[in-house]
Amino acid sequence: MAANAEGLRRDARLEQLRLFGLCSPALLLVLVILVIPVGWLFWLSFVGADGTFSLENYERMIASKSYSRIFVTTIEVSLLTTGLCIMIGYPLAYFLSQLPPRVANLCMITVLLPFWTSLLVRTYAWLVLLQRQGLLNDWGISLGLWEEPVALVHNMTGTLIGMVHIMLPFLVLPVYGSMKAIDRDYMKAAANLGAHPVRAFWTVFAPLSLPGLMAGALIVFVLCLGFFVTPAVLGGGKVIMVSMRIATNIEMFVNWGAASALGVVLLVLTLAILWAASRFLGLDRIAGAA
Amino acid sequence: MTGSPKPALPIGIRHVAKAYGKVRALDDVSLDVRSGEFLTLLGPSGSGKTTLLMVLAGFTRPDGGSLTFGEAEMIRTPPHRRDVGMVFQNYALFPHMSVAENVGYPLRLRRVGKAEAAERIARALDLVQLGGFGERRIDQLSGGQKQRVALARAIVFEPRILLMDEPLSALDKKLRERMQIEIRRLHEMLGMTTVYVTHDQREALTMSDQIAVINHGRLMQLDTPERIYERPANRFVADFIGESSFLAVERAGDGVTLRGAPLKIDSAAPAAKDLLLMLRPERVRIAPPEGDAAMNRFAGVVRDIVYQGDSYLLYADLPGGEEVAVRGVLRRETFSALPKAGEPVTLGVSAADAVLVARDEG
Repeated sequence: MAANAEGLRRDARLEQLRLFGLCSPALLLVLVILVIPVGWLFWLSFVGADGTFSLENYERMIASKSYSRIFVTTIEVSLLTTGLCIMIGYPLAYFLSQLPPRVANLCMITVLLPFWTSLLVRTYAWLVLLQRQGLLNDWGISLGLWEEPVALVHNMTGTLIGMVHIMLPFLVLPVYGSMKAIDRDYMKAAANLGAHPVRAFWTVFAPLSLPGLMAGALIVFVLCLGFFVTPAVLGGGKVIMVSMRIATNIEMFVNWGAASALGVVLLVLTLAILWAASRFLGLDRIAGAA
Repeated sequence: MTGSPKPALPIGIRHVAKAYGKVRALDDVSLDVRSGEFLTLLGPSGSGKTTLLMVLAGFTRPDGGSLTFGEAEMIRTPPHRRDVGMVFQNYALFPHMSVAENVGYPLRLRRVGKAEAAERIARALDLVQLGGFGERRIDQLSGGQKQRVALARAIVFEPRILLMDEPLSALDKKLRERMQIEIRRLHEMLGMTTVYVTHDQREALTMSDQIAVINHGRLMQLDTPERIYERPANRFVADFIGESSFLAVERAGDGVTLRGAPLKIDSAAPAAKDLLLMLRPERVRIAPPEGDAAMNRFAGVVRDIVYQGDSYLLYADLPGGEEVAVRGVLRRETFSALPKAGEPVTLGVSAADAVLVARDEG
């Protein structure tokens, strides 16, 4: 037996215990504000109107056409928002990544500015801009671009405009991060080997920025799935997403069981997407890039 | 690497200038690289050697001047149409491609057929002794292997000019020395005109046909390694390449004198006004034999002796306050026979080894 082996082993064990002790407040917090409420909702979703165990909340979801429409709308809005964010955010992030650091920081502030403003304020601001007598319609008509006020809000268009505006930073930040990490020598090497700048971009820069794009798109898509305020205000009741139906179930019908079941399905859907992303796209790689 | 290699191209650099604000990174540089020659740009960091290489590659746009590859003027040609190979300091291997894809990248751009590309990739990897590494990911390679892949990628499309930007600086000493010999061997085999940037004077001496010493954006001297070491044009070159001590000398008629005593020299003094006697530590002798007519002698006092394993360094103070370093092969008996610190010593340098250099960077 080597000298002090027993004592050293005891020290290692003590150190582990101490570390666990330091972590315990955080673990307790997660338990209280996350695990218990979610578990409680999960349990509620299996309680019927008569207060006993039942699957009626889920059965109704499958039977009713309106529920499946809500899920389709939710995924549709999320996909469109993600797509538009990529189309606007990727070129924007590229532009920012190529600027000298000082200018890039200044431009970054304009991207981040929405983060520091209340979600509600931003959403209502869009209402003011987009409504029938709003700024955009007034300008359009007085410039002679169109005759009648265009329905820009209280529909899918308004919802998407608002959502894209709010989600954009979540896409731009990880993409910008992954682009900044691309060594400029890679593009020089591509040029030196004979690649036209456009070719170099698609064969070298784009693939290397892909993990950042995947991370950003995933964040945006998952956030969209559970989004409430913006579609509720700008959708005008025409764009019903899962989160809004949950609110209706509680506020109007006081049906906690049905609301919980919807919540559980949304949670499972989100987890399934994250699982698929990690399985097929390598979430660890994506998370590493973000 | 094919049966009939494209002939190498000479490079002509004429009056190339580049300023960053007030700093002149390149100050009217003109130099020629002959076809198939291995030329090293040597200088301290910030001397402009890398800027010059970037001008050759097309990544830095100079303020003026002319650059020719063969007969063709290239100064305004974008980098992707210059058709020169380049090895970057950090290798710049594409991390999302395998070794074979990296090496095959320039071939893909040139629309080389799949079968031929595969063959050329394999041959290039064989050349750098990485046969069978094609499927590896870049992050699975060691520093030396990355270096070889970068080299293979730079030569696989048979460029007639090869540029290298301090390619060995990230490697440890042993590996660096092996790669120096390998790069040299590859150059002799492929015969492309090569411009190599380094701040390592020993590397430059080992590898080059010609060395261009650069300082403050200006060409100090363009010569063979031997001439650069034996006959440096000025104090900067003498100081940067190898170690040296300098003693001020005066002109006296046709010859020169050191503190009034005439100096025995074999070669003619340079034309410059202020001259210095350059003393290489390994060319200075301790207690030279009496009666040698071609020997210059100085009296001094030993200040310090440094043990360095294979050799010793002896520092001596001369009456004028100058310090002279002497290096000698260390054998037990020579080392123990050395005078001790504080003791007087006679130093000698033969007329052949007494070299005069200009004080100014002319």
